[in-house]
Amino acid sequence: MSTAIKSTSRDRLYDIVNTVVLLVLLLVVAYPLYFVVIASISDPKLVATGRVLFWPQNFSFKGYMEVVNYSPIWTGYRNTLIYTTLFTLISVLVSLLAGYALARKPFPGKTAITAFLLFTMFFNGGLIPTYLLMREIGLYGNPAIIVLLGAVNVTNIIISRTFIKSSIPEELYEAASIDGCSHFSFFFRIVMPVSQALIAVLVLFAAVSQWNSWFNAMIYLNDEAHMPLQMVLRDLIVSQSALSTASNTDSMGGDAAAQIYLVESMRYAVIIVSTLPILCFYPFVQKYFVKGVMIGSVKG
Amino acid sequence: MDTASRTGPKDKKQTKSLGFRIWQSRELYLFLLPAVALVIVFNYFPMYGITVAFKDFKPHLGIMGSPWAGLKYFDRFFDMPMFSVILKNTLLLSFYTLIASFPLPIILALALNSTPSQRLKKIVQTITYAPHFISIVIIVGMLNIFFSPSMGIVRNILSGLGLMDGNLDVLMNASSFPHLYVWSGVWQTLGWSSIIYLGALSAVDPALHESAVIDGASKFQRVFRIDLPLILPTIVILLILESGTIMNIGFEKVFLMQNAFNLSTSEVINTYVYKVGIREAQYSLSSAIGLFNSGINFILILLVNQVSRRLGQESLW
Repeated sequence: MSTAIKSTSRDRLYDIVNTVVLLVLLLVVAYPLYFVVIASISDPKLVATGRVLFWPQNFSFKGYMEVVNYSPIWTGYRNTLIYTTLFTLISVLVSLLAGYALARKPFPGKTAITAFLLFTMFFNGGLIPTYLLMREIGLYGNPAIIVLLGAVNVTNIIISRTFIKSSIPEELYEAASIDGCSHFSFFFRIVMPVSQALIAVLVLFAAVSQWNSWFNAMIYLNDEAHMPLQMVLRDLIVSQSALSTASNTDSMGGDAAAQIYLVESMRYAVIIVSTLPILCFYPFVQKYFVKGVMIGSVKG
Repeated sequence: MDTASRTGPKDKKQTKSLGFRIWQSRELYLFLLPAVALVIVFNYFPMYGITVAFKDFKPHLGIMGSPWAGLKYFDRFFDMPMFSVILKNTLLLSFYTLIASFPLPIILALALNSTPSQRLKKIVQTITYAPHFISIVIIVGMLNIFFSPSMGIVRNILSGLGLMDGNLDVLMNASSFPHLYVWSGVWQTLGWSSIIYLGALSAVDPALHESAVIDGASKFQRVFRIDLPLILPTIVILLILESGTIMNIGFEKVFLMQNAFNLSTSEVINTYVYKVGIREAQYSLSSAIGLFNSGINFILILLVNQVSRRLGQESLW
């Protein structure tokens, strides 16, 4: 009797400590995100002087107005939408097709092709040889490189192979092929519909990685008109030198301090604007996260 | 004619003639074609480009036509004063990252797994996974804004509490770079890294917990005597795999965080390759540095994979 009471009070203490740990971690992660949101809709001067900490102060959308009027953002937005759509399509389809082929029973050259693909996971040419090569074959400066470079992710092929192998038995294909079904129609009529969870995960990862990428654009693109959103962002919120030219200098007259506050406010706003699509997606794809990581961790 | 018709089908039956099997699988080759073609162009062609590291590369001669230079550029790299600096910075940042970012996701996963409140669990998961999806550009932008010398929130809070006055100099300070780099990384990856442990925890047999409760084990004991030991294999494997990437510190974040003041701690191998190669156009030298790095990475991955295989766990391939 007494031990039972002791253990429940011990457990209660554990629960309290446990909840405190979770709440602390929650706050530490959430506050910077929350602060960006409230800072973006508060009066720029109050933000810069430290008056905005917990709640928005003197609602102001000046930062957003600056973003709306800054045209490179929208060019970048458009480019990124195009790049992300094409990259995701190519990447997911190529991974699924290859994953399907490798999930089928042995055929001549299967082992060799698998090894050929796997080797690229462990060794690559490196930045400079890749760069020189792209120059030599004329892809330098061509936006196509953004959607093609990195479109084949061998990890995704392996994930697809493992998933398809475990969810679609070879016998099903054999039965279908007796009825005259080709690999091609089997793939589109059976494999694609059955692999929805897999496709969701692949789309999610491909889209996010392309939406957030800037490095290849920095290395391989030379035309401002082709730059993705993240490159515009980099100029706006990372490179200090871009700050002075980022917003329209004559809109504020000669008031230098107000101008600086406004630029700061614009930086908060642009973070929100550029992350919005991901934030909109987030609740819908969240249920696939765990599945995605777990599928990814199972190596064939 | 006669013999052919007699032996033909028999041969096909015995060996299922190679040509026939290839023809039978023709669709599968077609399925693999896009992946193989892209890998050839974007992965294998550049591997051929590695020869630049052993050549005196002249742009007008191309990769093929440039004359061989042997190990000249490797020797030059090892003799450079920067060699030890970037090697040290790379290793320091990697080890620091590994040590700082490893324990917290495990603690988070254990805490999430043992909380009785499903609602709290859901909220914590939603929020802590989110930073994983934020781009590196924005993370570094946020650091720059928060730690801005005269009007960042960190400076404002510290001076509001009377802990400092004047300007905050962490962004222009070489000694604070590693801390900023590592802890912002912990902030970003904490939640996402915990998923794999949560997965391992969900595989723990509830019967173990039930019988432990009957034996009078407290919650604390159950977490540390049942949950933790059962996810230990996962922890060990992830730790081993992580250590295989020790020489491969990500380029993007370090590069974006670099400024003229913190280079003495923030110049790592990958950023140096970029500067020497693309900005200064010393292609052969930077290829040699890059090859040195990817060679070590390759050996490390092989090593790490051997170790995890020895431990009886699944290996990478």
